[in-house]
Amino acid sequence: MRLRILQLLLLGLLVVAWYVMTAPGLVPPFYFDKANRAAFFFGEPQKVFWVIVDWFASGEIFPHLGITLLETALGFVIGAASGLGIGLWLALSPTASAITDPYIKGFNSMPRVVLAPIFAVWFGLGIWSKVALGVTLVFFVVFFNVYQGVREVSPNLIANARMLGASQRQLLRSIYLPSAMSWVFASLHNAVGLAFVGAVVGEYLGSSMGVGYLILQAEGTFDINTVFAGILVLTACALVLDSLVGLVERRLMTWQPKAGQTEKV
Amino acid sequence: MTNEVPALALADITCRFAARDDASQAYTAVANATLNVARGEFVSVVGPTGCGKSTLLNVAAGLLEPSSGTVEVFGERLLAGNGVNRRAGYMFQADALMPWRTGIDNVVAGLEFRGVPRAEAVGQGEAWLRRVGLAGFGDRYPHQMSGGMRKRLALAQTLILSPDILLMDEPFSALDVQTRQLMENELLALWAEDRKSVLFITHDLEEAIALSDRVVVLSAGPATRPIGDFRVDLPRPRDVSEIRMTPAFLDLHREIWAAMKEEVLKAYAQQKAI
Repeated sequence: MRLRILQLLLLGLLVVAWYVMTAPGLVPPFYFDKANRAAFFFGEPQKVFWVIVDWFASGEIFPHLGITLLETALGFVIGAASGLGIGLWLALSPTASAITDPYIKGFNSMPRVVLAPIFAVWFGLGIWSKVALGVTLVFFVVFFNVYQGVREVSPNLIANARMLGASQRQLLRSIYLPSAMSWVFASLHNAVGLAFVGAVVGEYLGSSMGVGYLILQAEGTFDINTVFAGILVLTACALVLDSLVGLVERRLMTWQPKAGQTEKV
Repeated sequence: MTNEVPALALADITCRFAARDDASQAYTAVANATLNVARGEFVSVVGPTGCGKSTLLNVAAGLLEPSSGTVEVFGERLLAGNGVNRRAGYMFQADALMPWRTGIDNVVAGLEFRGVPRAEAVGQGEAWLRRVGLAGFGDRYPHQMSGGMRKRLALAQTLILSPDILLMDEPFSALDVQTRQLMENELLALWAEDRKSVLFITHDLEEAIALSDRVVVLSAGPATRPIGDFRVDLPRPRDVSEIRMTPAFLDLHREIWAAMKEEVLKAYAQQKAI
């Protein structure tokens, strides 16, 4: 609780500092030559706030936010699911893994944002080009973690399950999957952020909807306040999605020991 | 006894492991080892550390295919293509419980793999938790249990399938001395109920004598093979902490140790050389 208060206090302090430094005429200009320049470059918190309020009050933001969240969610789910599936498959099949290894490495080291224009050509300017970009970003994070997770399963556990009579399929369900899950969840927090990156970058490069599109439009008219408003809305959404992942993680990973945890008997 | 088919018969087992970088440098862990376990017999295998005891056990379990030699389970050949030894339960040295499953879910894992309905499996599982003294701990995860409790859980997990052969790889070596003697007594009590065949691996000669009907001594590695076979005629039921004080126990200990000592020193010298 105390921590929360301090966190909010820090936020308040940052906003006040932002306001004091940018409000025209409040402090004499010490860097820019004109009083309203700071506001031009950095926006003003109260105006940003009103832009956001206006967006939500008029409902203007909802279709844009909806599109961006849809792209993010689709990119996240498709990327994570395919990363999980292909990660499991390659980790359990040494031959396939050996053959595809250089390609996987190559794709992973490629700066995948450059694929965005190609995706725009392939999938058009609708949501799917953004989803595709998000998938390429999310996939590798999840894939490598699953791959590693399966590889790190204790051989003892596998031998024990086999002696208890587990078939290949049961091994997968009872040993490999749960064992990889802790690695998967560690990667999902990153993946949420990357799915957002995919959606917003995609919208930058060509779209007619979405928060990225709003930001791009505002940038075109040097409307810094709206740009900041868009950034803040996206950040808030990313935080919410991240805490959702955290919630699911705590639900599914109850078995994990927490550091320094004492058991109430 | 002589005409009866043994529960487990390892015949002329040799295990060679290829070296990582040089195929000609293959390491022979076990060479021409022959070992029988009769029905209802408790056999311990002792040997210096790193002599390939676990290798032998893995062969018996069907987890490892020997380079040559045969394994017969109740007269039937155990072939690598057919998977693991289905009539054996294996208790590992290290923790092999599934950390994401609660105590009860770990115990019923084997039943679950065999497709036993959940309600029936849980019923049996609860009964086994009671038998190993873990009643009421079924909802705990392994990390919330002590080392001794985890061993009991592993024991219940193995015994619930009522295997005809029990393979144990230094199961109690990680426990402190007091807990260990308690566990040894519990194991003997459980074993006395239905007298499974047991192949028990240990490096602790006292443990081996206190538990077994027969103690087999292995030579130092590489190319480990049995070099001594001693019958233990101590009366049952035994209390492992008391039996250690009896003259008969001490005599046996002296006799077997005399056979083992040279091998232990050999193994020690080899390890020092590396």
